[in-house]
Amino acid sequence: MLTACTLQFSIYTFKNPVQTKSFSTLNPPHQTLLPQSLSLSLSLSLTHRIQEIKMLSAKATCNSHGQDSSYFLGWEEYEKNPYHQHKNPNGIIQMGLAENQLSFDLLESWLKNNPDSAGFKPDNHSLFKELALFQDYHGLPAFKNALADFMSEIRSNKVTFDPNNLVLTAGATSANETLMFCLANPGEAFLLPTPYYPGFDRDLKWRTGAEIVPIHCSSSNGFRITESALEDAYQQAQKQNLKVKGVLVTNPSNPLGTSLSLHELELLVNFVSSKNIHLISDEIYSGTVFSSPGFISIMEVLKNKGLMNTEVWKRVHIVYSLSKDLGLPGFRVGAIYSNDDLVVSAATKMSSFGLISSQTQYLLSEMLSDKKFTRTYLSENRKRLKQRHEMMEKALQKAGIRCLKGNAGLFSWVDMRHLMSSQTFEGEMELWKKIVYEVGLNISPGSSCHCSEPGWFRVCFANMSKETLLLAMQRLNYFVDSMAKKDNRSGRRQPLNGNPRRSKSLPKWVFSLSFTSTKRNGVTMGR
Amino acid sequence: MAIKIVKAQPPVELSKIAVSETHGENSPYFAGWKAYDENPYHEKHNPHGVIQMGLAENQVSFDLLEEYLASNQEAASWGKKVSGFRENALFQDYHGLLTFRKAMASFMEQVRGGKAKFDPERVVLTAGATAANELLTFILANPGDALLVPTPYYPGFDRDLRWRTGVEIVPIHCESSNKFQITPEALESAYDHARSMNMKVRGVLITNPSNPLGATIQRKFLEQILDFVTRKNIHLVSDEIYSGSVFHSDEFVSIAEILESRNYQDSERCHIVYSLSKDLGLPGFRVGTVYSYNNQVVTTARRMSSFTLISSQTQFLLASMLSDKDFTEKYIKINRERLRKRYEMIVNGLKKAGIECLKGNAGLFCWMNLSPYLKEATREGELEIWKTIMEEVKLNISPGSSCRCSDAGWFRVCFANMSEETLEVALTRLYEFMDRWRRDRHVLSM
Repeated sequence: MLTACTLQFSIYTFKNPVQTKSFSTLNPPHQTLLPQSLSLSLSLSLTHRIQEIKMLSAKATCNSHGQDSSYFLGWEEYEKNPYHQHKNPNGIIQMGLAENQLSFDLLESWLKNNPDSAGFKPDNHSLFKELALFQDYHGLPAFKNALADFMSEIRSNKVTFDPNNLVLTAGATSANETLMFCLANPGEAFLLPTPYYPGFDRDLKWRTGAEIVPIHCSSSNGFRITESALEDAYQQAQKQNLKVKGVLVTNPSNPLGTSLSLHELELLVNFVSSKNIHLISDEIYSGTVFSSPGFISIMEVLKNKGLMNTEVWKRVHIVYSLSKDLGLPGFRVGAIYSNDDLVVSAATKMSSFGLISSQTQYLLSEMLSDKKFTRTYLSENRKRLKQRHEMMEKALQKAGIRCLKGNAGLFSWVDMRHLMSSQTFEGEMELWKKIVYEVGLNISPGSSCHCSEPGWFRVCFANMSKETLLLAMQRLNYFVDSMAKKDNRSGRRQPLNGNPRRSKSLPKWVFSLSFTSTKRNGVTMGR
Repeated sequence: MAIKIVKAQPPVELSKIAVSETHGENSPYFAGWKAYDENPYHEKHNPHGVIQMGLAENQVSFDLLEEYLASNQEAASWGKKVSGFRENALFQDYHGLLTFRKAMASFMEQVRGGKAKFDPERVVLTAGATAANELLTFILANPGDALLVPTPYYPGFDRDLRWRTGVEIVPIHCESSNKFQITPEALESAYDHARSMNMKVRGVLITNPSNPLGATIQRKFLEQILDFVTRKNIHLVSDEIYSGSVFHSDEFVSIAEILESRNYQDSERCHIVYSLSKDLGLPGFRVGTVYSYNNQVVTTARRMSSFTLISSQTQFLLASMLSDKDFTEKYIKINRERLRKRYEMIVNGLKKAGIECLKGNAGLFCWMNLSPYLKEATREGELEIWKTIMEEVKLNISPGSSCRCSDAGWFRVCFANMSEETLEVALTRLYEFMDRWRRDRHVLSM
């Protein structure tokens, strides 16, 4: 029952901030009525605990034994001490949550102009009754039509989507798991390029029993997927006796904040074609592509290469959601798109376990059918994301911190290798802890995303106000500055670990970009 | 770059789960649904069409809900707070909206007449009871393990408990001879049968009130079931989604009450499933819950609920509705009365037609006994009469064999998913059919 399990608990920290309640905070029912000996707190004797654990499935207990408590720190610290402009200005700023809060005003004004889409007018009895009774897993036709059109619009109408091939699910979390259930047997594997969204460890593996084998991407080429990396991953799976059923890519990428290049997409098509496996393209950030080279959907590549209605076309499946593009994670709106009828059919039946509330389907069918609105929203949202991205990129630059050149997403992939005391994952953890405790920023360390190189961090920029972002950048700047000063004062030279930037010139360089010097140059922080 | 396409390969397989038939949708019973879909009854447009009596929906109390909505419009529009929409749209915490959890806990208490207490911290939200049952199965059992389920049972369990989980259902055979009650002997027999097939038994899953029986499980039997699971050191899942549909409030005993009366001794093996799909008639909104007395189950269920969260928009609306204690009290009372009236109407109507039902006291359906009218007391005999009722009487009802009933000739007939007038039409048709049938029999026997 207590099987070894590699499932990391960190994934929960990224999805659900408020989950730090341990067993001890859960009270057994009416504890005062229970005699002391029956208390169910964490101070249970070991034998009782083992007995208890044996009562649950391997899936239930595996989860609790894969825990890596260090990743809880960031979230826990934030929960204990959340930043608030007025009430808690020295609190921790949340930069680990990939939420899109930039365009709510557009949604709010649409709602104001379309009050009946959410409200139930007193004289419209049949609408309420119809929706209340509607639990057909084929989904509300008007919503699927609107969603298919919306997905098309995001891709500049270069591809069209057939609503009959869309399966609605309660969020992309559910969509990804459902696809796994459909495509992989327990013990079979999917290849994923690293770094990848930490939640995949749970979503793709937990209940399905499927495995993930990483496709290692490196900073040497901007973390692009290469043919050799694909082959290596495939070989690695073979070595582990894992049957590979497919590749799953996130495009645009989380955490990289970049969209896949045409070259990478073509590589992928070739690869899945030659290996006769599936390709899942998680495109939940497709509406957040704010600058060139622009978004190329896998469907576009297949279409342009004349591969529609071929075998490989049937093996490509897309996952979508409104959680990032529209900023509605609470409404649980996800979808699977597949050209394979069997997959659509099986996934549709499985969606019974995670249907979208008909109330929400109706609201969004109205909203997404308003083409004037969707057009305005998509373009304005992109603009605002671009601005934010540039703001953060510039501020990081001032602090001597570089980012991977991003063109999408709600975050930047930030290079902090030069700030580590050692080029190791321990060094990354050490730096991360400093940033959480001393700088007061909760950012996501690359190791939680299975990055093969230490020192990279995902930093979100769209889940806070401009002022908060600038404050966060200011703090980071002070930190870098103070680190440089410390180096100079102690006369300590950082050990050279093959990183040329660890030379004596660094502190001066950083110093010249510090807050003091920018002030001298007449450039004030906050621009 | 040129795309090198490798031709002529066998299509890559989908998973075993994807191609299995465990979803149960290719069963012969779907013929009934098909007949209805192709020729649905409509009072004006299609008065000779098939009347749907196979759908356990509660349509008798919508006016009460609509009345509430009309006087509380902010509930559907995120309240009066300016940032209401924004906060709600961002809320994806798998703990669920606290106000909603509190409202659910208090509603569950009200439904049980205050005879049991529910702690909001133990309420785990899922998108419907379908998800709740599957989720619990994932947590309580490994692939290949068995859950014991009394027959007859809701056909959906074959999918919900088994399909993706790989868990088996071993039936606890209940017989008409003793009103389908769950006896200790039947429990032991099912357990032994599972063991003989080398399956590890993980728990018992009961539906109380029962679907399809339309009857509550008596206290005495609940106590025996609890004793049984305790003796075997296994779990007990009590699916109480029809608890608000009991015609007389004092006739329902929840497992929660029994646990409370035992001071929650050894309660960590007990879990309750609830939903608003039947009591409130809101299956489209996908509102289910797992309520567990086991801390680890609560924690794990909460994490698993990530795959099946309830839309925060819907949580907000229902938090408001269910927090209104005056409304819920009124609703529960009136809903009960209306369901009771419907039940009496159908039972009397069937009696007139010469058909008996199991004495029911809950739910949205009655358990009708056509065994005296079967040509042969077999599944085939049952299906034959079922087809006749579908094709000649034009009623879609659910045959007991689809619910794994061991006695042939029983049918579940829903009464709450239509207007009173439509129910009258259905009863008249049945009366006329039975009348004809008896006359023909009489002629034949002369």
